Amino acid sequence: MSAEAAGGARPAAHGAEGHPGYKTYLLVAAVLGIITAAEVAVFYIPALAAALVPILLTLSTGKFILVVMFYMHLKFDSRIFTGVFVAPLLLAMAVVVSLIILFRVLPAYSPP
Amino acid sequence: MSSAAAHAEHPPTATGLQTLKLGFWTFLGSETLFFGSLISTYMVYKRRSVTGPTTHEILNIPLTSISTLVLLTSSLMMVLALAAVQRGERRGAVIWLLSTAALGSLFLSFQAYEFTSFYHEGLTLSVNLFGSSFFVLTGFHGAHVTIGVFWLLVLWVQAVRGRLGPANALAVEVAGLYWHFVDIVWIVIFTLVYLIQ
Repeated sequence: MSAEAAGGARPAAHGAEGHPGYKTYLLVAAVLGIITAAEVAVFYIPALAAALVPILLTLSTGKFILVVMFYMHLKFDSRIFTGVFVAPLLLAMAVVVSLIILFRVLPAYSPP
Repeated sequence: MSSAAAHAEHPPTATGLQTLKLGFWTFLGSETLFFGSLISTYMVYKRRSVTGPTTHEILNIPLTSISTLVLLTSSLMMVLALAAVQRGERRGAVIWLLSTAALGSLFLSFQAYEFTSFYHEGLTLSVNLFGSSFFVLTGFHGAHVTIGVFWLLVLWVQAVRGRLGPANALAVEVAGLYWHFVDIVWIVIFTLVYLIQ
């Protein structure tokens, strides 16, 4: 097995260094700008107040994934980099959710 | 950079990957835990302040939206800088690296203005739980941006002197990883702190 195969690197299908080109970067930037504008618009629309949290979390997750995949090149680099970054990210998310449940949700059900 | 290109410039490793890049991704993984702990603290103490000012009274969404777009644009400048270095385009590298540092500095200016105005409106580090958790979270993020700006300026000086080219593009790529990480942390902060009140 080659080192490349061992490292799980994807084939370089996007020009120099296997990274995207200028057009892809500009397209991603435009999408990020549109999503940010949509987030702010949603914040100011009273009719969407009930669904504000899931909408904003979905939009910001989309932005996060776009930056990590295209600007940080995880879509084109070795899967080892993805694992090294995503594993602690999932742990951090678990810590955030656990602490919110522990301190914000469970006290509401505790006896007086 | 592909593994094949890496082998041309670096001694082979067990994974076939550059050690610096792998180590830096590991560092960024540890940073997610660091910011995760700060975000947890903010979320746990949210709406628990017994005295003002609170989020509804003080946060300036239009201003922060502009600063968010500034930081997102700086990430675009960063990838253009890396692409220019990888292609050996010295002028492009100089322009894009300086643009990234300038936009990072502009973001810090917005943050300095925000912190100053909050202080004058009575929000300090010790006035309530919101002040403590807000300033620690956004302050640490600002400190990371400041380090990034200095790092970019060092790279810019190297580019001006003609010392940045395809052979040492990894130095720019690693700086770019750091800069984009700072960007994604702000994406999370902007949503959880500013928009979900």
